Amino acid sequence: MSHSTPDPNATGGNVYDGLLEHHDVVGDDSQWAFGTDFEDPLAGVDTTVPEDVDAAALAAYCLMLGDDALVLSHRVSEWCSNAPDLEEDIALANIALDLLGQARLLLARAAAADPGVVPALPEGSPVPPEDALAFFRDADGFRNVRLAEVPNGDFAHTVARVLLVATARLAVFDRLRDSRDPVLAAIAAKGVKELTYHRDYAARWFLTLAQGTEESRRRLLGGLAELWPLFPELLTTHPVEAAVAAAGVGVAPADVGDEVEVVLEQVLAVSGVERPDAAALAGVQGRTGRDGLHTEALSRMLAEMQVVARAHPTGRW
Amino acid sequence: MTAATAREVAASVTDPEMPMLTLEDLGVLRGVREDDGQVVVTITPTYSGCPAMATMRDDLVHRLSDAGFDARVEVALSPAWSSDWITERGRRALREHGLSAPGPAPRAGGPIALTLAPVRRRLSCPRCGSGQVELTSEFGPAACRALYRCTSCLEPFEHVKEI
Repeated sequence: MSHSTPDPNATGGNVYDGLLEHHDVVGDDSQWAFGTDFEDPLAGVDTTVPEDVDAAALAAYCLMLGDDALVLSHRVSEWCSNAPDLEEDIALANIALDLLGQARLLLARAAAADPGVVPALPEGSPVPPEDALAFFRDADGFRNVRLAEVPNGDFAHTVARVLLVATARLAVFDRLRDSRDPVLAAIAAKGVKELTYHRDYAARWFLTLAQGTEESRRRLLGGLAELWPLFPELLTTHPVEAAVAAAGVGVAPADVGDEVEVVLEQVLAVSGVERPDAAALAGVQGRTGRDGLHTEALSRMLAEMQVVARAHPTGRW
Repeated sequence: MTAATAREVAASVTDPEMPMLTLEDLGVLRGVREDDGQVVVTITPTYSGCPAMATMRDDLVHRLSDAGFDARVEVALSPAWSSDWITERGRRALREHGLSAPGPAPRAGGPIALTLAPVRRRLSCPRCGSGQVELTSEFGPAACRALYRCTSCLEPFEHVKEI
C-alpha cells in the first residue's frame, strides 16, 4: 500500500497549515515550540563597560565565573536519569540548569565586554558569542577551577562538590551584587537566590549522608577527601581577580574565605565530620585552572560536550 | 493603535509553563514602550536558566504582530525577579489550578544564613485545603517549583518557590 505525496499547493489545505500560519512574519517562529533561532540573553541590556574599568580584565573575570558554572553544570547534568531517585534526579537537573543559565549570561557578558575573547567561526555562522565560547574553545582556553571538572564519583561525591562550590560561589556572588559593572551585579543578584537553594540542598544531603548509615557515611567521607585538595584553588585569588576586585568590579575569593569557612564549619560540625587533612593539589609551575591548566578530565568532557556544535559550525537548530 | 493597546495585548500573553498565569500576573512583564514606531516589550527571567524565555519572546512578538504591531522583546536583568511580584490575581489562578502560591520571599542583606533543617512553609493543600502537607523535594518539574504531598487527601501538588 502506498500513500500519495501531499501536494503543498493544494487549495484544500492540510493539517500542517496551522503550523505555518505566521511563517510570513519575519522573526515570528512561534509555530515551533522553542523557536528556531538563538536568542540573545542580554537583548536590550546596556553592556557598555563602565569608564575606567579594564574591559579585557572584566571579560577574563567573567570567563572564570562563567566557566566554573558551565563545567560544573555539565558534570551535574550527567546525573540526568542516573540519580538515586526521581526527586534527586530532578533536583540535580534543576541545579545544572541554574548553573547553565548563569554560565550563559556570564559568557555573553564576557563577549560583550571584550569581543576579542570569542573564537573566530566561519563566515555566516549563526552561533552566538556565548555559544562560541562554550563550544569552540579548547581546554586550555577554559578558566574554571579544577574542582568543577574532575569526573563524577557517586552521589555523595556530587553532594560534597556542590556544597563546596555553591558555598564559595554564593559568598562571592553576594558581594558581587555591588559590582561597579551593572551587568555583572544583576547576574550576581539573580544567582544569589539560586545558589542559596543549591548550597542548602547539598548541606542537607551532606548531613543526611554523614548521619545516615555506615555506608552512606563512608561514601561521603570518601568523596569529601577526594575533592578537598582541589578546594583551596577556589578560594585563592588569581591576579585577574585581584585586579577586578581592586577596581570594584569583581570579588577576590580570598576575601570571602572566612565567611565560607564559617558555613562549612557549621555543616561539618553538625554532621560530625572532621575537616580532611590534605594539602592543596599543586599547579604546574604555579599554573592552575584559572590559568587554563587543567586535568585530563576536562578535555574528555569537552570532547563530548562540544562534538555536535563543532561538527556543524554553521548549523541552525 | 496605541501603546496602551500594545500593553494590553502583551499583558494577556500567558506563561508557557504555567499557562494559567499571564506574563503580567507572573511579574516577568517589566514594561511596554514605543520606540520609533516599534513596540518594545521588556521581560525578565524568573531564573537565570529559564528555558521559557525564547518562547515568551516568540509568543509576545506573535500576538503583537497579530494585533498589528511591529514588536521586539528586550531583557531586563535588574532588579532580579522575585516571587513577590506574582499578583493577587496570579496567586488565585495558581490555587484554582492546583498549585500552591509562594509566601513572602526571603529578604536580602548580610551573609545568607544556612538552612539545614527541611524548609518549613505554612501551606495548605490546593485541593482539599488541609494544612497537613509535607515537602517531597525542593526542586520540581520547573526551576520555580517545589514538590509537596498532602497527607490528608494524599494528592501531590506543586508549590511555587519563594525567591
